[in-house]
Amino acid sequence: MTSPRTFFLLLVALLVFCFGLAAGLAPRFQALESSRHQSDNFFSLLLGDSSRMFANSFFIKADAYYHSGYYPTIFDNNEAFKTPHVAEDTGAVNSQNHGEETDFMGHPRDWIDAFGRHFIPNRHTHLDEGGPTDDLSTSDNVREILPWLKLSAELNPDDIRTYTVTAYWLRRMHKEKEAEQVLREGLRNNPQSYEILFELGRLYKDSYDDAGRARNVWELAVRYWFNLSPDEQKENRLILEQITTNLGKLETDADNWPQAMNWLHLAQKVSLTPGLLQEQIDGIKWKMSGQPSPLFLISGGAYY
Amino acid sequence: MKNIFAVAGIVIKELYRRKDFYVLFILTVLVCLIMASVNIFNDKQIVRYLKELCLLLIWVSSLVIAITTTARQIPAEREQRTLLPLLAKPLTRTQLIFGKFLGCWLACGLVLLCFYIFFGALAASRDHAWPLLNYFQAALLHWVTLGVVVALALLGSLVFAAPSSNSTICFVIVAAILTVGRYLDMVALSQAEPFRSILYAVYFAIPHLEIPFEMRNLIVHDWPLIEWNFIGLYILYALAYTAAFLVTACLVFRRKPVN
Repeated sequence: MTSPRTFFLLLVALLVFCFGLAAGLAPRFQALESSRHQSDNFFSLLLGDSSRMFANSFFIKADAYYHSGYYPTIFDNNEAFKTPHVAEDTGAVNSQNHGEETDFMGHPRDWIDAFGRHFIPNRHTHLDEGGPTDDLSTSDNVREILPWLKLSAELNPDDIRTYTVTAYWLRRMHKEKEAEQVLREGLRNNPQSYEILFELGRLYKDSYDDAGRARNVWELAVRYWFNLSPDEQKENRLILEQITTNLGKLETDADNWPQAMNWLHLAQKVSLTPGLLQEQIDGIKWKMSGQPSPLFLISGGAYY
Repeated sequence: MKNIFAVAGIVIKELYRRKDFYVLFILTVLVCLIMASVNIFNDKQIVRYLKELCLLLIWVSSLVIAITTTARQIPAEREQRTLLPLLAKPLTRTQLIFGKFLGCWLACGLVLLCFYIFFGALAASRDHAWPLLNYFQAALLHWVTLGVVVALALLGSLVFAAPSSNSTICFVIVAAILTVGRYLDMVALSQAEPFRSILYAVYFAIPHLEIPFEMRNLIVHDWPLIEWNFIGLYILYALAYTAAFLVTACLVFRRKPVN
């Protein structure tokens, strides 16, 4: 028969083993927990890298909602939808769309296809222009794209386009506070994004009427743009033109003529229409010389 | 007709004794309410994503109920040895098939009624609108489509040995039609002969159940009503397929031993 002393010693040994195991595992669990916190969010943890693929699908879904369901599938001709219209209409992306967006379905292939088209959305519309009802008073319905954009941003926090597009539409819906939150979130995930800074500057300038803060973030955006490699700079000329043109306008409004000319000269270097910018520069030169510009006289006093 | 309605009545009673519908309905309600509670940029009027999710869940739930309920009807009668006593009464095999079909189809109608009332209430809670005619069109086409599915599952229950294999095959066929049925002719174009001709034949032979399934987009995005003559044509189209499956089922059942 085993003595009680043996049981006691066995119990002590088990307790020591349990304590040692717990002490050994605790730091590992803590390390695992902290690595989980670093992995952004629930979706990233669940889906891993495939979350980016889903993020793009949800961005496309937002575009389909923008068209009230009238959208090409993988079987249709999507030449006119290569750049989502929901992003294209913000004016901040280079469009790659060609072809006729109103008739991507083409002629009916057979009687089944012709009959089926009476049961699906069959007209090109945009939600901000009234959608299927063509009633401009319902243009607020563009809010319906927001759930998909939010989900897309959560799935791929590195996709800058999602933040700028979401902020643009929130701004259009007079939700400035939410737009700023989205852009701040985007900046936290992409600290050197000149696109997000540009959109933030637009928010400060157009919605908050805060020229000082707009100038600061736009100037920072220009600095970040010049950090790009030459090839990347070549691909992203449009955004620099937009930032510098806006800076030029901002300095002109502040009667800071030399600085305005500097920004417009910089915009000219990357612009596809340098002639138009030259006219603005000429207008500023006339103002600096103290005489009204000929264009100023032609336009009946409006600044050109 | 009296015999057919009597059999149909038993099938309907069976549906509300079973838990399938309650489980699926509560799940749909729960998922929709959880999704509705998500805060999206402090905007309480966003509704279309909810409508789309709810309609998708209604379609999935109704297909599950339609196929599983129908697939077990005749095998269960055979297993419980009630088929012979049933046919010993003044009830023909054709009447039994039509009774089972009618019961399952009406049961699906009741299920759809509950689901669409919930859908309308959910949409109205945010939209503050009741496009009742649009919902009626969607529910009607949905119900007619379920008629085709029920007839198909009934035919399958006479051809395949077990309800599980019948259910699986029916789910695969219906899912394939709903997802690629509309584009099967385009897929055929990229194939070499003889697959091209076979796919073309399949494209024209299958019931195009995806037509009302894709109609969800019209409901979700508040498109105007579909012209009623097209609704009527689709109903005739679906009824023709239902009749074809039922007649085939009657022919198969007539030659089948019941014990």
